[in-house]
Amino acid sequence: MNIDFSTIVPYIPYIFQGIFVTLQIASVGALFGTILGLGLSFITSKENIFSKIFRFIIDFFRGTPLLFQLALFHYGISQIVSGFVPNVLTSAFIIFSLNSAAYLSEVLRAGIQSIDKGQIEAAVSLGVSKKDIALFIVIPIALKNVLPAIINEFITLTKETSIASFIGVSELMRRYEIVSGTLFRTFEPLLLIGLVYYLMNKVLSLAGKYLEGKLSYDHR
Amino acid sequence: MITVNHVYKSFDQLSVLEDINVTFKDHKTYAIIGSSGSGKSTLLRMLNGLEVPTKGTIDIDGVDIVKHHKQLEKLRPEIGMVFQSFNLFEHKTALENVMFALVKVKKMSENQAKEIAISKLKEVGCDHRLDHYPHTLSGGEKQRVAIARALAMSPSILLFDEPTSALDPEMTVEVLNVIKQVTKKKLTSILVTHEMNFAKEVADVIVYMDKGQIIEVADTTTFFTNTQSERAIQFLNNML
Repeated sequence: MNIDFSTIVPYIPYIFQGIFVTLQIASVGALFGTILGLGLSFITSKENIFSKIFRFIIDFFRGTPLLFQLALFHYGISQIVSGFVPNVLTSAFIIFSLNSAAYLSEVLRAGIQSIDKGQIEAAVSLGVSKKDIALFIVIPIALKNVLPAIINEFITLTKETSIASFIGVSELMRRYEIVSGTLFRTFEPLLLIGLVYYLMNKVLSLAGKYLEGKLSYDHR
Repeated sequence: MITVNHVYKSFDQLSVLEDINVTFKDHKTYAIIGSSGSGKSTLLRMLNGLEVPTKGTIDIDGVDIVKHHKQLEKLRPEIGMVFQSFNLFEHKTALENVMFALVKVKKMSENQAKEIAISKLKEVGCDHRLDHYPHTLSGGEKQRVAIARALAMSPSILLFDEPTSALDPEMTVEVLNVIKQVTKKKLTSILVTHEMNFAKEVADVIVYMDKGQIIEVADTTTFFTNTQSERAIQFLNNML
């Protein structure tokens, strides 16, 4: 057996700096994905020409690999808008946001449709505006109802940030590749980033559990 | 005053209301009765725009709410509604349920809204349940909180859509007692109900409906002692 963890010790700070990049992509994707996803879920909850168009776009993001979308955007855009070469991190931010928006919009749409219509009628009959009904009745109840599924999406998103290494974003996976190329060692740096991914998602899922408990009015 | 003029309603091919003409005068209590599927609830839900007529006009204090949707929005806080299935906001406590529209619609401060909400909850006997979420309340309590929520807006018209149909007999009594107090206030109450004895007790006027039509409108004593139509006589025989 040829395993020696001491070989990667000098590279640990370098690898750990990737955590910051990974978290950046994941949080931008989660934040904009949720906001865009909420907007999309309201649009696709209705039946009209807009909802058909947006459903098609959602289908595209759900029906093609993330790697393909990332490559298509990052390498393709300079051919469409000639001379424009996006920063790798910008490309990652955009594609991860759109991709998670597509998935989250489906989750949130289910949440919106699960709300008992009577509560909305009650708010309408009290004279509450459409905007306030959406903000203070529909969204809070929908979010609470689908919180576990949202956390699940965030975990998936965090893991998939590793795909950004393909276009050269120096997140965890990319840094592993560089370190392993330098050391001619695979196992040790790989194990290290695996552990980091696992711990990040453990924290995320614990935070989700905590939030679920906080939001649950079923047990109060 | 609410005037319903030649109102028709159909869902797809199914005709639910046919040529409805009726006037609800201020500060009176009306009971709309009739067998299931007679269109009572649909008529009631039209009075605050939850259903829109296929044809006809509904005037509330001189405003045609079918044509003028903007004005209906303004009128809505004036028209309270109590539902069969309570429809409390599941993520808000009893107190928050009552406060919500006061803050969002009447633009009151939190403190002012809270004060009114507490006094209304006290009025319906639920002030010991302020911080309770709907699912921890009994059916009767839920409905009483819903009544407090409607009352807090100080409406001039209050619509009750079978308010006790989802309740156990004991809870029915507590809710009916609250409704009885409400109908004594200076507002127009319109009540869709299957509780004949209660209708007899609180209503000034009875509106009897069958198969989407209004068959008989009469003041309560006349209706129960001197029923005119054959269908109403048969209905009462089945009910009482």
